[in-house]
Amino acid sequence: MAPGALVTSPVRIKRRSSAHYRMRRQIRRGGLGILILLVLAYTLFPYYWAIVSSTKQGAELYTTAFLPALNFGYYRQLFDNPVFMGSLVNSVFVATGTTVVSLALGIISAYALGRLDFPQKRIVLMAILMISIFPQVAVLSGMFELINALGLYNRPSALIVTYLLSTVPFTTWILTTFIREFPRELEEAALIDGCSHFRILTRILLPLMGPSLASTGILAFILAWNEFLFALTFMLTDENKTVPVAIGLIGGTTRYEYPFGQIMAASVTVTLPLIIVVLIFQRRIVAGLTAGAVKG
Amino acid sequence: MASIALSSVTKAYGTHTVIRGVDLQIADGEFVVFVGPSGCGKSTLLRIVAGLVPASSGQVLIDGEDVTDVPASKRGVAFVFQSYALYPHMSVERNIGFALETLRIGKEAIRSKVETVARMLKVDHLLERRPRELSGGQRQRVAIGRALVREPEIFLFDEPLSNLDSDLRMEMRIEIARLHEDIKTTMVYVTHDQAEAMTLADRIVVLNQGSIEQVGTPLELYQAPANRFVAGFIGSPRMNFGPVPLGAEAGGFSLPDDLVAHHTSPGSRQPASIGIRPEALSLVAPDAGRMSGVLERVEDLGHEHFAYIRLADQSIWVVRVAGRPPFERRNQPVGLSFADADIFVFDSEGKRMAHRATVPQAGREASEGGLVHER
Repeated sequence: MAPGALVTSPVRIKRRSSAHYRMRRQIRRGGLGILILLVLAYTLFPYYWAIVSSTKQGAELYTTAFLPALNFGYYRQLFDNPVFMGSLVNSVFVATGTTVVSLALGIISAYALGRLDFPQKRIVLMAILMISIFPQVAVLSGMFELINALGLYNRPSALIVTYLLSTVPFTTWILTTFIREFPRELEEAALIDGCSHFRILTRILLPLMGPSLASTGILAFILAWNEFLFALTFMLTDENKTVPVAIGLIGGTTRYEYPFGQIMAASVTVTLPLIIVVLIFQRRIVAGLTAGAVKG
Repeated sequence: MASIALSSVTKAYGTHTVIRGVDLQIADGEFVVFVGPSGCGKSTLLRIVAGLVPASSGQVLIDGEDVTDVPASKRGVAFVFQSYALYPHMSVERNIGFALETLRIGKEAIRSKVETVARMLKVDHLLERRPRELSGGQRQRVAIGRALVREPEIFLFDEPLSNLDSDLRMEMRIEIARLHEDIKTTMVYVTHDQAEAMTLADRIVVLNQGSIEQVGTPLELYQAPANRFVAGFIGSPRMNFGPVPLGAEAGGFSLPDDLVAHHTSPGSRQPASIGIRPEALSLVAPDAGRMSGVLERVEDLGHEHFAYIRLADQSIWVVRVAGRPPFERRNQPVGLSFADADIFVFDSEGKRMAHRATVPQAGREASEGGLVHER
């Protein structure tokens, strides 16, 4: 084409050599990699530091070596500590109990809020949201009265009751969203097939809700596992304490010694179950997100 | 086997009325198709019959019995959904047999019924699969199987073929027609696809904005539409419309003086518009036709051609040409010719008026609607 022909065309896209764009793409990819490394370092370093510190002994703790010394003395001490092991059992009981109860309550209320039409629906949804707004300290004294009245003071089950205050609202909200997006025709098909609402819930909805149950369940579990304030307030004796409180109360041999290494070992130990739970269910969550579509 | 009757059924969501006083009789064993533009309420009406949506007022009768407040599962109806609505976590076998599980008739009985139905629909080799491992056509068969296994008295279909590609749609259409011939159950079928409506239906119900525009056999709707809406809705490509008179400057056609002369007496209805189907028009030389225009575009569909003619008033009329069109050049002046019998005349409210040349069958249909004036 004659060069003059292009001049007359009103729109002309400026284009550089292919090598230029290839280099730009590589730079972009490199930049992204650096960014990911930064984020990873930021999130993983504290946990890594805990691992490193937990395997150092005595004065080594105050040096800044980045490699673990691989001395598991503190772990041995920890596992021989009956109070700590007891608190681990308590935490498993409390966190599992909270998760199960809040999922059960969440599913039932989410089905009602997501599917059934009743006039007070909006108010109920707002009320649920309001409950989760209050800071823990604000409800602490009221909660204390409640726990006493129920006769649950200094019993781990008291913690399940109190944790529901923060877990039920968000499980309900997340599951309500899920049920709302659930294809209505599936439910209508079940109605035609002669299902009651309860049967629809147990036979159709629940089996299909696996992924969202897993993700909300994990959140509830983590929340219950890490909670400190209620656990500190409502549990009096050592054998009833949960892990976060037990770690906080680990003392040295003298009152001037801060048992840093032991605390780090305990922190690593209690975080491991969480990581395992998340890794197990994460696979299900991802698998669930991509499969099980109605049409296709 | 059951008949269905709807009497002044309405449905409103808040202030928004979806169904406005529908009366309809469906005979035992009949295949009735609801058609209409999207949002006309055809799916809602089907759900009211099914019992999935409660009617705001009016009555639903099945076999003469009032079932207005009877829940869906007790009405003896089966429903085939647009999305198939198969349970994704169950095998094909459980999907088909799920309705029977609630009836507590025993595992053996369920299994034999499921197998019978699966063989009938040629999905018996797929019983162990999950819905997501099936093709669209197979899912459709399973959905029909799920409906069949309950041995319903009434079959309800909600646009069951709209998710299939066109080859498969035609195949399934024929199978549904065969199914109806075999089991002779009352069927109500919702679609927006004219071909499905025309080929499957014993009678078609044309719905528009929540009201019935016309009920009739496919041929009746085609030959004697009650009004402009039905005339435009049935037939593809759609009917060409123009005002009356379509004066010389607007294309050069006016109604023959005596064609609807009997209507022009004072106080009676006046012809307001005319309609002519694309297949009733033919392309002729510019001065040989009853109307004229310029050729805008010709679409070649292989076995037929659609010619788009721009009239003097800028409206576009479509002509269906069976073979090669005599003209193909753009902006070429052409003439349109047609017979008096092919002219549909509508009054100012859009109601069709019978006229001298109206075909006899059309005249009879119109007289049933009380529209014809004796000459």
